[in-house]
Amino acid sequence: MFALFHDLVIAPFAEFEFMRRALVGAVALAIAAAPIGVFLMLRRMSLTGDAMAHAILPGAALGYLVAGLSLPAMTFGGLVAGVTVAVGAGAVARASVLKEDTTLAAFYLLSLALGVTIVSLKGSNVDLLHVLFGSVLALDDTALVLIAAIATLTLFAMAAIFRPLVLESVDPVFLRSVGRVGAPVHLIFMALVVLNLVGGFLALGTLLAVGMMMLPAASARLWTDDLTQLVGLAAAIGAGSAVVGLLLSYHQSLPAGPAIILVAGAFYLLSLIVGRRGLLAARIGRRHLEA
Amino acid sequence: MTLAIELDDLTLGYDRHPAVHHLSGRIAQGTLTAVIGPNGAGKSTLLKGIVGALPPLGGTLRFVGCDRRDIAYLPQTAEIDRSFPVTVWDFVAMGLWRRVGAFGGIGRGAAGPIATALETVGLEGFETRPIGTLSGGQMQRTLFARLLVQDTAVILLDEPFNAVDGRTVEDLLVLVERWHAEGRTVVAVLHDHAMVRRVFPDALLIAREPVAWGATGTVVTPDNLSLARRMIEAFDAGAPVCARDAA
Repeated sequence: MFALFHDLVIAPFAEFEFMRRALVGAVALAIAAAPIGVFLMLRRMSLTGDAMAHAILPGAALGYLVAGLSLPAMTFGGLVAGVTVAVGAGAVARASVLKEDTTLAAFYLLSLALGVTIVSLKGSNVDLLHVLFGSVLALDDTALVLIAAIATLTLFAMAAIFRPLVLESVDPVFLRSVGRVGAPVHLIFMALVVLNLVGGFLALGTLLAVGMMMLPAASARLWTDDLTQLVGLAAAIGAGSAVVGLLLSYHQSLPAGPAIILVAGAFYLLSLIVGRRGLLAARIGRRHLEA
Repeated sequence: MTLAIELDDLTLGYDRHPAVHHLSGRIAQGTLTAVIGPNGAGKSTLLKGIVGALPPLGGTLRFVGCDRRDIAYLPQTAEIDRSFPVTVWDFVAMGLWRRVGAFGGIGRGAAGPIATALETVGLEGFETRPIGTLSGGQMQRTLFARLLVQDTAVILLDEPFNAVDGRTVEDLLVLVERWHAEGRTVVAVLHDHAMVRRVFPDALLIAREPVAWGATGTVVTPDNLSLARRMIEAFDAGAPVCARDAA
């Protein structure tokens, strides 16, 4: 029994360094992405993460164009592109009749088209695939340190802006009437979204990185109404998906990034059905109470 | 030290169209003033201007012996996301923002005022309820509890009794009268003229232009009210620049 468990779960990580690196990277990403995803979800910005993921592409591609497959260059490029789109969309929304969802769509589509153009000018399709889907099984020291740094920074920053961020989400008019932190807090939060997507794209690619944010958050929402529990549960589901996904990829020879997100997706579907706030719970054993 | 908010030829509006036009007057310390007028008369706009949510198109606002931080404001259409998972206690505790800011602890010292505020508005036992489960009247009581916790010298209420039942109105009105008795300055936008006559010593009647401002008995008269009704008209997209400023 233990031997089987060892073969299935322990051995892949014990024997192969690339699996251990993937595990550390993916779990760090999952824990940092959890609070970000929970707030994106509660602020009805679930698709904003997706838009931002596309927005990062031209920066990463430009970094690639200038410096080849260089991690620092692509990361820096991605950060600049993401922050430009986030700040630009927010600023234009404040200064014009357009709402933020519209300006964000306009900015990220521009950015995406630019990115695809840049990639196809120089790179091959293989490079594009690498940027889009990442390579969690090929994380080198630089990548790991970067991911760990992003995760650490994210957790500290989220702890620092937690109260104003909650207030900005629940009652923005009140926050504006008592202080001026609303706009900066929103910007810091958007910067953290970009930062985590950049961290995520090293491992999972620009597109799947969003999955690590949103799927655990959506799953957790189907179990609890408490904000603290939401964040904790989302982090646990994300980390669990990383472990199970990596093992699945190892044993079944599946691509690792998509396997992790598929497991997170399975958690979501399962929660949707059997979660305390899920579809089944709403239908069975729900006779109404006295008062 | 006396506190006052002085309005000098104040014009507030949107896209250069005035919603409050050339209003001058003084909200003195300890007064309880009702702002009345037809829909679109600029009542809410006036409160937004005072709290600084809307920069003046002309004229000035002066805060004597106080500043904007001494004002608590209850907007008419609060953009509150009630689906956000936050409890009544946490929501009311946000009234402490001025004192604790983003990082300060909300310790045992703060629990007292919050419990008292909840008890005062009749919501003891609701501490752990998510705000999404409250009725309209209970939500309004929660907002009043937050005003109590804010504990400010000036309180602005924009149609605070909209869509709440008679008993809730009576309970909340008692709070308004208590604030007045405590010497706080209260300004409330209202539509119920009978209530204004009964409870509010001062009144401001506006219909974009100020109609009358002073003791309620001299302001809320049939003549003034019918004048206000006639004055309000739809805004004119092709309106020329205000001649009074040029003169």
